[in-house]
Amino acid sequence: MEQPPRKGFFTDTSICIGCKACEVACKEWNHNPRDGDLELTGMSYDNTVSLGASTWRHVAFVEQGRDAIAAARTSGRALVSLGMPSVGAPASAVPAPDVAPPDTPEFRWLMASDVCKHCTHAGCLDVCPTGALFRTEFGTVVIQPDVCNGCGTCVAGCPFGVVERRSDGTAAPTYREGHRKGEQPPVPKRGVAQKCTLCYDRLLDDETPACAKTCPTTSIKFGDHTSMVASARERVAELHAQGMTEARLYGANELDGVGGTGSVFLLLDEPEVYGLPPDPRVCTADLPTMYKRAGVAMAGMVAAAAVAFWKGR
Amino acid sequence: MANADCIILMGGNMAEAHPVGFQWVSEALAKGAKMIHVDPRFTRTSAVATKHVSIRAGSDVVFLGGLINHMISNELYFHDYVVAFTNAATLVSEDFRDTEDLGGLFSGFDPETGKYDPSTWAYADPAGGTVTGPSGEEHGASASARAAGHEYGSGGPPLEHASVLRDETLQHPRTVFQVLKRHFSRYTPEMVRDMCGISIDDFEYVARTIAESSGRERTTCFGYATGWTQHTLGAQFIRTAAVLQLLMGNVGRPGSGIMALRGHASIQGSTDIPTLFNLLPGYLPMPSVGRHDSYREYVDSIGSKQQKGYWAYAETYVVNLLKAWWGEAATAENDWAYDYLPRLSGAHGTYQTTADMRDGKVEGYFVLGQNPAVGSANGRQQRLAMAQLKWLVVRDLNMIESATWWKDGPEIESGELRTEDIATEVFFMPAATHVEKAGSFTQTQRMLQWRHQAVQPPGQAQSELDFFHELGVRIRARLAGSTDPRDRPLLDLTWDYPPDAHGNPDPEAVLAEINGYVVDDRAPLSAYTEMKADGTTAGGCWIYTGVYADGRNQAARRVPQGGGGVTQSEWGWVWPADRRILYNRASADRDGKPWSERKAYMSWDDAQGRWVGPDNVDFPVDKHPHARPDPSLGGAEGLAGDDPFVMQADGKGWLYTPKGLVDGPLPAHYEAAESPVRNALYAQQQAPARVLLARSDNMEAPSAGEPGADVYPYVFTTYRLTEHHTAGGMSRWSPYLAELQPEMFCEVSPELAAERGLVNGGWATIVSPRAAIEARVLVTDRIRSLTINGREVQQVGLPYHWGVGSDAVVTGDAANDLLGVMMDPNTQIQESKVASCDVIAGRRPRGADLQRLVASYQQRAGTTPETGTRAVTDPEKEGF
Repeated sequence: MEQPPRKGFFTDTSICIGCKACEVACKEWNHNPRDGDLELTGMSYDNTVSLGASTWRHVAFVEQGRDAIAAARTSGRALVSLGMPSVGAPASAVPAPDVAPPDTPEFRWLMASDVCKHCTHAGCLDVCPTGALFRTEFGTVVIQPDVCNGCGTCVAGCPFGVVERRSDGTAAPTYREGHRKGEQPPVPKRGVAQKCTLCYDRLLDDETPACAKTCPTTSIKFGDHTSMVASARERVAELHAQGMTEARLYGANELDGVGGTGSVFLLLDEPEVYGLPPDPRVCTADLPTMYKRAGVAMAGMVAAAAVAFWKGR
Repeated sequence: MANADCIILMGGNMAEAHPVGFQWVSEALAKGAKMIHVDPRFTRTSAVATKHVSIRAGSDVVFLGGLINHMISNELYFHDYVVAFTNAATLVSEDFRDTEDLGGLFSGFDPETGKYDPSTWAYADPAGGTVTGPSGEEHGASASARAAGHEYGSGGPPLEHASVLRDETLQHPRTVFQVLKRHFSRYTPEMVRDMCGISIDDFEYVARTIAESSGRERTTCFGYATGWTQHTLGAQFIRTAAVLQLLMGNVGRPGSGIMALRGHASIQGSTDIPTLFNLLPGYLPMPSVGRHDSYREYVDSIGSKQQKGYWAYAETYVVNLLKAWWGEAATAENDWAYDYLPRLSGAHGTYQTTADMRDGKVEGYFVLGQNPAVGSANGRQQRLAMAQLKWLVVRDLNMIESATWWKDGPEIESGELRTEDIATEVFFMPAATHVEKAGSFTQTQRMLQWRHQAVQPPGQAQSELDFFHELGVRIRARLAGSTDPRDRPLLDLTWDYPPDAHGNPDPEAVLAEINGYVVDDRAPLSAYTEMKADGTTAGGCWIYTGVYADGRNQAARRVPQGGGGVTQSEWGWVWPADRRILYNRASADRDGKPWSERKAYMSWDDAQGRWVGPDNVDFPVDKHPHARPDPSLGGAEGLAGDDPFVMQADGKGWLYTPKGLVDGPLPAHYEAAESPVRNALYAQQQAPARVLLARSDNMEAPSAGEPGADVYPYVFTTYRLTEHHTAGGMSRWSPYLAELQPEMFCEVSPELAAERGLVNGGWATIVSPRAAIEARVLVTDRIRSLTINGREVQQVGLPYHWGVGSDAVVTGDAANDLLGVMMDPNTQIQESKVASCDVIAGRRPRGADLQRLVASYQQRAGTTPETGTRAVTDPEKEGF
């Protein structure tokens, strides 16, 4: 069978409306339980806080004043001069829109839907001792819960903090005889590592992943990885042309520490603002050097021992 | 909306409350449109807006009035459109007096009833006198009691005839245009700054953007929701936008209009085929005692045969409805069984009914698809009222608070009610969800979309159709053989729906009945123009005729992308006549040519002798644009070739409403019933014709200028979040949604937090003259403190999704408990978007101490049931 092209997401946070439909659709499709303790976090409208074993899409909400916005523009402009996609007018049939750079607004509210990055060099996959993690024919990274032994090595192996072991869980909305509505059957797959599968089961049926399918504003786009990266580059150029120099891509650089990600993002500020590592690096990137150094050290020790024996004669 | 060059979202939070419909705004933005969000809060809509403008809740008429004044005084309005298609040139009666002349009131105010006699607002009659309604003028007190404003859901009010005086130079001092110009002259940018808290720069930005995005080449569209309707002058908020849009030529064209963003999946459907006390299907009024005693009186009052347009055929629509309901029992001899219809004897809206319930005048209550214990204003009054019932039926997906208040409601905790003392018998009937039943939803664009049943409902759960059908069958079985004439309406009903595979009535058979058919052979009608007034056709809702054309369920059409054309005409079915844009004759100029290539839509084709374009023209298809028939012909024949507003009695868009509104022919700004701000525009503080329920369980806070107003110094506004659905019945029982917004919270500005010692994540207690509730605190820059008349005004945001009970996944205090019931006189809709409160740090008292806290505030403010009930604020200045 022919190898299908690598699949991925392009999440354009500049048009996200923070509706969280992606979070809900993901949980419904994947039968993931509710998590958290049902308490308000006080972190704007974010009551999910982070990705985890039961939350494979997470929408961050960041409230910013004028100074932070100006800083984001400045840092974005610096990236453009560093060789990010250059500023240029977008091709468009629409009568000339007003492209004058907007004044720096007094306030903005950033929303961004985060997800597993499905890295080109996936740390979780590299370190898994059981083979529970595998790279699919779509170039995505998936955990097989029935193989996973719950050792947790992949949790430490992910530079983005995406993978988590499901220690406990509470509820998922189904109606079963004998259960009160809203009260749920026992949580499955306890104790094993969990993360986004990029809806592997849906891809096999040629269906769009649940989150992208439900996104009302097309903030989450799904498709061939190369075309996702291409549209991400087009979009960032379009925003730059409108004076929004704060726009930048995340994960689209194949020379970064994880070889680029399958899920690329358009952000409107530094990655740290959204809780993303600024310079992710696969934990196994240094293995060759480490082996080399270990080899040198070992050779040295062997030599020293040999010398010791030779001297001792 | 996707075709607009500029979208103004105001009185609504579209991205948050209508995220799916928001895709069209996203599409417009992607095409380069601008979107401005004018709202008291910075919301998820503001986050993706081109610009957000903070406005003081309830001051929208000042802002929109300022825009109208700006467009008129700088001559930025679309002159050719205004002259040709609106009533700008029409002359108003000599007897009309404006707010400018009368210190803030229009002529005809009756301080006795607190309502207007609208007769002086009429058009001048070429034959002398005024153009009244077909059965004279109805006093505002009676029109308000039957919320007559609802009748205009598919067109304007009736006139006795369509002959009017017009001056197309717009110079005559009594032309609507000159009246409008004078009326709005005091709505200046400075007034906007002082009353709305909007800077002159921001005001000018919005004015410039709308002006640049209107005219021949461009269009601007408005979207609003309950942020406009839920006020004591809510209908006038929308009227102000309508005046602005007509002035700018933004009606009936691609990317134009005013979108009413409806709040539930089929709330549009539930006004078309109403669940309202005062309407029959297709916006026919419910008959009233005294006014509509005979069939003739009734049909004559709905539409005059001498007026222009399609409401002249109102009698046809009535006959078809009665024929659909009573079949063979409806005959010409018995006036089509008109006397089977009940008659209204006064205001029987949800709030008057609740008050009657509390006073022991109502025995039983069906609660269907609503959760009044949480979702209605003044929740305590609602719950105490239900405790007076003999029986209560709640049909819902979950055991909502309206079904459990008797054992775990707030009054049980406070000790005001004891379960063992409540005699109400409560029946809970499980309801089927939307995937467990088939039927149609009618959405914001008037589009019907059919849903197929995915699974059978579990256990005893039933659809509404199955439930009511069975209820009808059982009641009719009980009454079988009765000779009592009062049982005839039930026994003569057509109640013969064929069963589906599960033995339940087939929903498509109901759709076919709504669509209408030829009585003899049941052949479906394809347009309401095929309806006859002689009993040979029948149809349950004339505006829906065509949805079952050719015997095919047109609402079930689901061609991807709607088939590819600009109107997406192969997706669903849009009333009336599958018309995607209403009044689309206005998309062409007076001569029938497109206003511009860019905004071309419908146009006159001389060769074919008909209107052509991508849509079904909303006009007689073969009427030449230069046709000038005698208006006294009435109906479609009476329409001139430049009368695009075919559901208005004179064929024109109404900048000025000579009839139909009960609180004034033009919008005027009045403060909310409860406001810490003095009205700087007029001596009149509050909407003079507002509807009040002055009772000790519905007390009002003193307003600015009255003693005690500082006891409730802050403005609060209520709203929804994306994560929950209204009173929570569908979302707080779903763990996936509940976890996303788990607790009731209030949103406050950093200034208010400092003033009251509130901390982010901590607790606050909010006190109004009705109740005190507690909420977690979010301190955020999304809420701004505003400078109004030189003084800081603080606003508090309260989502209303939570309720006190024990069954839901998440519970919390209900924001609506804080609201009083003060209503718009046109629609009987309560003012939920502005009210007065105080905020204190910490949690609220428990037990009997809760009512003590509320009472201590009432005492300090000196509040009595009479507080805030004065109709005229300053009788001397206002000429009384």
